[in-house]
Amino acid sequence: MLTIERLSKSFEGIAAISDVTLDFPTGSLTAVIGPNGAGKTTLFNLISGALRADAGCVMLDGTDLVGLSRTEIVRCGIARAFQVASIFPSLTVEETLNAAVQAHRGRAAVLGQRFPLADCGERAREVMDMFGLSKKAKTISAKLSHGDQKLLDIALALVLQPRVLLLDEPTAGMGTEERWQMIEKVYRLWEREKMTVVFIEHDMDIVFKIANSIRVLCYGRVLAEGTPDQIRGNADVIAAYLGTEHEVEP
Amino acid sequence: MRHSLRRDITIGAIAITALVLLPLVWPSKALIDFVIRGASLGLFATSLNLLIGYGGMVSFGHGMFFGLGAYSFGLLMQRTGMPIPVAFVLTIVVNAAVALAIGAICVRLKEIYFAFLTLAFQMFLYSLIILWVPLTGGDQGLRGGIPRPTFLGIDLADQKQLYIASCVLLVVGLMLMRHIVASPFGYTLRMIRDNAMRAAFLGINVFRIKLVAFVLAGIFGGIGGVIMSLFVSGAYPEFAYWTVSGEGVFIIMLGGLSTFLGPMVGTAILLLLNDVVTRFTEYYGLTLGAIILLFALGLRRGLTDFLLDYWQQFRAARAPMQRS
Repeated sequence: MLTIERLSKSFEGIAAISDVTLDFPTGSLTAVIGPNGAGKTTLFNLISGALRADAGCVMLDGTDLVGLSRTEIVRCGIARAFQVASIFPSLTVEETLNAAVQAHRGRAAVLGQRFPLADCGERAREVMDMFGLSKKAKTISAKLSHGDQKLLDIALALVLQPRVLLLDEPTAGMGTEERWQMIEKVYRLWEREKMTVVFIEHDMDIVFKIANSIRVLCYGRVLAEGTPDQIRGNADVIAAYLGTEHEVEP
Repeated sequence: MRHSLRRDITIGAIAITALVLLPLVWPSKALIDFVIRGASLGLFATSLNLLIGYGGMVSFGHGMFFGLGAYSFGLLMQRTGMPIPVAFVLTIVVNAAVALAIGAICVRLKEIYFAFLTLAFQMFLYSLIILWVPLTGGDQGLRGGIPRPTFLGIDLADQKQLYIASCVLLVVGLMLMRHIVASPFGYTLRMIRDNAMRAAFLGINVFRIKLVAFVLAGIFGGIGGVIMSLFVSGAYPEFAYWTVSGEGVFIIMLGGLSTFLGPMVGTAILLLLNDVVTRFTEYYGLTLGAIILLFALGLRRGLTDFLLDYWQQFRAARAPMQRS
């Protein structure tokens, strides 16, 4: 189980995350929602080691991850995909996944053999199939459509066989139809791989349709947490999203 | 992919044979000199392209390994008189050790900081060569010739045999570097060039990979220096001066950085320009500058990059026609 205890992070005195305590039960599909600037991406950056927390801890099955390097956190079983697809523009889809698989198996520095390594190809193909990228295996990543780049980004995270997968807005920048296709792929992935998936999402229809638990952040704090039904009826959440707090008399 | 290694070895064997037979077809002292200089500079530029083209690490100080290779080899031969192959191997060890130490400090830095720190180390080496007169001969260089005792009947004092040795070193060096860029390591290096942050998130030790690339480039750059010291039978401070690094970058800009043989093409262009331009004008630097501007502003890339793009566009344009 991934738990976060009293986590804080501020930038030049402005708190992005303050005193956040959350848990993500093993095998859950959790949506993290909140208005812009709520600290969602910062939370992911803290969990994955891209940023170092000022205080608090991030525990994965009893191991504190704060202070570990990105690489060490990956080895602990946490992988992430990015809001803006973070891929390798000049490599083809196939090369990217082969290189990722060999990296995951600790063979990134092999000099004595030729790329791609024979025993990594199968896993690379499997992941390509899973994401429907097989037809684009020979396409240079920079020339993929926006949606396919996002898929490749998630595929890269999946290659690491994580226990926890963090997806930062998997549907960012997509049209309605494309969004549903993407989220369906994420859902099937979660069902099939039986891992803990945490995703950031702005589209409430999607969140309430697929997430089995929801965490709401607002101004760097936890506003609410619970099942979709609990969140739907939560007055604080409605206020935050409708902005009624600004209309309250002082 | 085993067959592609075999294919490379076949191509290498053919290349060596062709180069060795070349002077028989076209006997010319100028040709022999051209190829030996080409082997030296070509190995150096290709090794620099391991860093620039494949690693995205633009070093302005790579010339230090050229100079270091020339001086290490020259000194070992002058001072100890050991067999040439032993001095050659020791030179590689020296270059690897120095590249490891300097790389450990430099490769953590990004872009311009990396470029300038490598340049600073090169100028440090240059100053050391100038100042340490008892060892290096200062600004006079290693004079008195480099002894080249015959080894297994091979006499590198003979220009024809040096020619063959240079060709073998060039082709074997290129094949080894080609193997490096085609290995899993080579692809990891490309990943780091494209997106180091993402590579780190995939569990890649970015520092270690960059450092290994830096050391490998330092070794092959040094071999270029060894060939040059054998060719001129000496070593001079200019070999370690920053202009050598500049020449390397220049060659890569001329030839192209996205194909493996781009730097070799660039080397040939530069040497030809060198020979032709100096025959007509004393304003060599000015002419060369104008030509690099032409490449940078006209083609916007090196020659092989341009040809590769052209070929890909040509194929893309033909593909729909073939289907119909």
